[in-house]
Amino acid sequence: MRRIAILGGGVGGTMVANRLARELREEIARSEVEVVLVGEEANHTYQPGFLYIAFNQAPLERFVRPQASLLVSGVRFLNVRAKKIDTASNSLQFENGDSLTYDFLVIATGSHPSMDTVTGLKEGAHSFYTAEQSIALRNALASMESGRIVIGVDVPHKCPVAVLEFTLMLDEYLRKRGKREQFEIIYTYPIGRLHSLVPVANWVEPEFERRGIQSEFFFNVDNVDPDKKIIESLEGSSYSYDLLVMVPAHRGAKVIMDSGIGDESGFVPTDRYSLRMKGSDNVFVIGDATDLPISKAGSTAHYEADTIVANLVDELHGLPADHQYDGKVYCFIEGGLDKATYIAFSYTEPPKPTAPSELLHWFKLMYNEIYWLSVRGLL
Amino acid sequence: MSQVAVDKTIDARGTYCPGPLMELIKTLKTAPLQSVIEVWSSDSGSSTDIPVWVKKAGHEFVYSIEEKGYWRIAVRKAR
Ligand SMILES: Cc1cc2nc3c(=O)[nH]c(=O)nc-3n(C[C@H](O)[C@H](O)[C@H](O)COP(=O)(O)OP(=O)(O)OC[C@H]3O[C@@H](n4cnc5c(N)ncnc54)[C@H](O)[C@@H]3O)c2cc1C
Repeated sequence: MRRIAILGGGVGGTMVANRLARELREEIARSEVEVVLVGEEANHTYQPGFLYIAFNQAPLERFVRPQASLLVSGVRFLNVRAKKIDTASNSLQFENGDSLTYDFLVIATGSHPSMDTVTGLKEGAHSFYTAEQSIALRNALASMESGRIVIGVDVPHKCPVAVLEFTLMLDEYLRKRGKREQFEIIYTYPIGRLHSLVPVANWVEPEFERRGIQSEFFFNVDNVDPDKKIIESLEGSSYSYDLLVMVPAHRGAKVIMDSGIGDESGFVPTDRYSLRMKGSDNVFVIGDATDLPISKAGSTAHYEADTIVANLVDELHGLPADHQYDGKVYCFIEGGLDKATYIAFSYTEPPKPTAPSELLHWFKLMYNEIYWLSVRGLL
Repeated sequence: MSQVAVDKTIDARGTYCPGPLMELIKTLKTAPLQSVIEVWSSDSGSSTDIPVWVKKAGHEFVYSIEEKGYWRIAVRKAR
């Protein structure tokens, strides 16, 4: 029997496991192939939901489902944390002392925001990148009547548009509560425009002007003084704040570092087309865990899953496993609380703008529900 | 120019988000002092964007060389 192990039960891991189990239904029934999903979380959380939690539009429970309920038959789920990936012996070692050998491995361990990368950040800043953070931010916003809110981003981070969505939604949240006039919103960004995608930056510029949102470019956080409530950039400027909201720098999963297979930040060196781990034939990497210079987003993992599943099925069927990922990314962008737009691009197709509309906003809200079908491999 | 030894190369060709400059900022953060990072970018904007940021951030711009369809831009980590 040949075994495909998938490490990480988030977006990428769950999609790959479910799609493999469908494609290999017959081989699994004949016990020729086994698909094993290893995940440390018993529950699956839809991370884009954190934005809505922060603005009290929905409670956390809306975005959480039991992991087992998302898996199709044919996927064996091991709810454990992996301690080490040993690519020399093709095995995973678990925290509970067990281990699992594999013929093929898919690494889907994600990227993880860290408030420890900048002095004073943990004590001085809020965020909306974990469930706990978005709940704490919701409560802080609800109890604030006036002041200066400074928003910042560190690199690398997943979902590069979330910070813009957050800023536009914040403006609208304050307006709807009749207190926007009492607030100053200052948006800072690491490079010389409002967003790395030029069409998105161009679209959002007049929006910021219309809404009275101030901005500063080339602002890379250097340190935060939580007592004086001041944030300083390494380019030499600083702001005092009443509320600081940061998207902190991300790292790869601890198991990647502990296994010695990551770069300095814990991301796995990956071939940008085949999605195989560099130097390996039987290990694939999906989603945020790769070191690829592309957007860390659920949609990236979605498109990468197509390539990885096709290659694994071909490997098992003795066919040339030569499917290539074309760099496709597709992102919805909330333009406030009732309008949205989207942007798509690939290695060869530059991003083009699309006018925001109410319809797209409803589609984004609908996607928050459709996600649960998509992760089951049904879309 | 060709005498400069490059310590790490980032191939950010055909990538738009986070893009070549953000990749450079990320890489410089964990790179040792004085190391030279070379970014490959197919976006012509990078050859102006990157030097502007490098100056603001107090690093050292080493070179920008136009190849067929892309630029090789090198920066030395100075702080
Ligand atoms: C606020 C916010 C908004 C977002 N909005 C969007 C959006 O609108 N569109 C979009 O496309 N993306 C969005 N994203 C990004 C998206 O959620 C991530 O890019 C996506 O989840 C990445 O999928 P992944 O499978 O690579 O990692 P994840 O989904 O993060 O999954 C990684 C999994 O690996 C598990 N794991 C790690 N280490 C181990 C171990 N040692 N043992 C066992 N299990 C382990 C983790 O527990 C986790 O379940 C958003 C993210 C945030 C935070």
